[in-house]
Amino acid sequence: MKRLSLLIVASSVLALAACKKDPPEILPPVQPSAVPTSGPAPTPAPTQAGPVAGSQAHFSSAMSGRDVIYFDTDKFNIDSEDAAALRAQAEYMIQYTASRATVEGHADERGTREYNLALAERRATSARNYLVSLGVPEARLQVVSYGEERPAVTASNEQAWARNRRAVTVMIR
Amino acid sequence: MTLRTTLAALACGLAATLALPAAAQQLTLPGEELATVESAEEGTTVTVTADSWNDLGIAIPAFATNADVATPANSGGTGALGIELARVVFNDLRNNGLFRPVGPDSLPRPAYDQITNPAWPTWQGRSAEMLVQGYVRANPDGRLTVGCYLYDVNLQDELVREGWVVTPAEWRRAAHKCADLVYSRLSGESPFFDSRIAYIAETGPKDNRVKRLAIMDSDGANHRFITNGQSTALTPRYSPDYSRIAYLSYQDGNPRIYVYDIDSGRQTLVAQNSNPTFAPRWSPDGQYLLYSMAIAGNTDIYRVPATGGTPLRLTSGPAIEVGGSYAPDGSQIVFESDQSGEQQCYIMNSDGSNQRRISFFGGRCATPEWSPRGDQIAFTHIVGDFHVAVMDTRGGSLRTLTNGWQDEAPTWAPNGRIIQFFRSARDNGDSAIWQVDLTGENERRLNTPVGASDPAWGPVLP
Repeated sequence: MKRLSLLIVASSVLALAACKKDPPEILPPVQPSAVPTSGPAPTPAPTQAGPVAGSQAHFSSAMSGRDVIYFDTDKFNIDSEDAAALRAQAEYMIQYTASRATVEGHADERGTREYNLALAERRATSARNYLVSLGVPEARLQVVSYGEERPAVTASNEQAWARNRRAVTVMIR
Repeated sequence: MTLRTTLAALACGLAATLALPAAAQQLTLPGEELATVESAEEGTTVTVTADSWNDLGIAIPAFATNADVATPANSGGTGALGIELARVVFNDLRNNGLFRPVGPDSLPRPAYDQITNPAWPTWQGRSAEMLVQGYVRANPDGRLTVGCYLYDVNLQDELVREGWVVTPAEWRRAAHKCADLVYSRLSGESPFFDSRIAYIAETGPKDNRVKRLAIMDSDGANHRFITNGQSTALTPRYSPDYSRIAYLSYQDGNPRIYVYDIDSGRQTLVAQNSNPTFAPRWSPDGQYLLYSMAIAGNTDIYRVPATGGTPLRLTSGPAIEVGGSYAPDGSQIVFESDQSGEQQCYIMNSDGSNQRRISFFGGRCATPEWSPRGDQIAFTHIVGDFHVAVMDTRGGSLRTLTNGWQDEAPTWAPNGRIIQFFRSARDNGDSAIWQVDLTGENERRLNTPVGASDPAWGPVLP
């Protein structure tokens, strides 16, 4: 048992070392699906009565974490992992033709405020451009930069900063 | 704002006046040459060293009044106001580290007729070297006349005097003017106390922080929130005449620069388009605004007449160019760019020509701010941690002034001797405004009602 856990630790260290951009150790929490408002209360929610297609709750649930992509310090390029997440986002938006989204760009706190606004705008635009290249109509995407103003994780360490350097796609309803 | 010098009123309002000293005295700041102070009466020469300068004792007793009458400036009348005036002068002089003042609460109060005729034995007995005396008088029109006198106790001589007529609401300005008079006369530096600071007041947790535009006097008094916090406000800058504040707001959901008119409370968008704009900066004459605008992922710096009009694009590279700070003569702009792969500081002419990098000392150079004296540039030096540093205008003579974990965004006092910045704490991100002088000494935290960031120090009030 002890040996097994050691192996798991070793392999996670290897996985981290092999990945060039230090992905967050903890994945961002998946937002819980909205509880349907109709029907009797105490029974568990039936799976088919989930959130409306094209809504943020539906999108977030369908993406299960792939609604967020992460960046290296000061970088805004889309790597293969980001590309996979953006493909999932694009497929969703192409399937749900009425869906519209904002791509929110963010930076970690270890930059100066105004540079972070520019950098986060650049990250969000980078993600948006990739979605457009995959066939999502430009008119259905907008971009907003939050700089370092809206951290996902509040701690001040490398893991937290890695989770805060991100672009988040959010459905608009 | 009616604040005018009334030396004549001072002279005729008081019974006795002293002759001006025969020989003007020269004192110098620490680190400069030793100065000699000659005593006209005794013919002796006193050498003032940096040490004795630092220990210069200044007695600041309560200001006298000719008649203790009611004034809107103080519920206790002009008598109580006289104590408050001296307290403001005392706190101004105490907080810059150059002097060792003693305030009115531990000193005898001079009578009105002693203001121009000090009781020398009283002050010599307290080993005060300098004496600041003043008076306040209510005028028939409701305004206040405030007089301020600086004496050399050892020489028993008046060094300088000045007076001002102010409305009751701006009584503190008269005290700041008095502190400025004393500071300038004793240090040889330009005044700075009579000035204001715009900043961002912060409350709430780090991941849901409320950020409000706020203003205050240089000593933290007359604090006022301008925005209500419903949308995030960032990076304010006072116009040089204090009539407007340019700042960033998310009020329409996107980051945009607005110019807020203080008197009317109205505000206008700087750039009439859908692109995000940030990092507003005024030209020294108030005629132009710089802003940074992102278009499809590329941020560049633009200049627009403050009254509106066609913007001029100053930078055009594919990298991020952001910020900008004018030289005091308006001819050049220092800004930051990541065209080398990371933030560094560059200088260009004010029309965008002749762009060149100036920072080559290692680490990153961010948020450069040109000194009002023109010879130095303060900036955020990112070397792992964030420090406030200064360099000359060619990127040489680097000096690190602060040593915090995250010290960011320096702003200069109007006289270029003191720098304010904000310091953020690890983990909870709580921020406060701090200041440090150009020598790296006298670091202290400013008192603000709540957390504070993005300070922007305006010029000496007009």
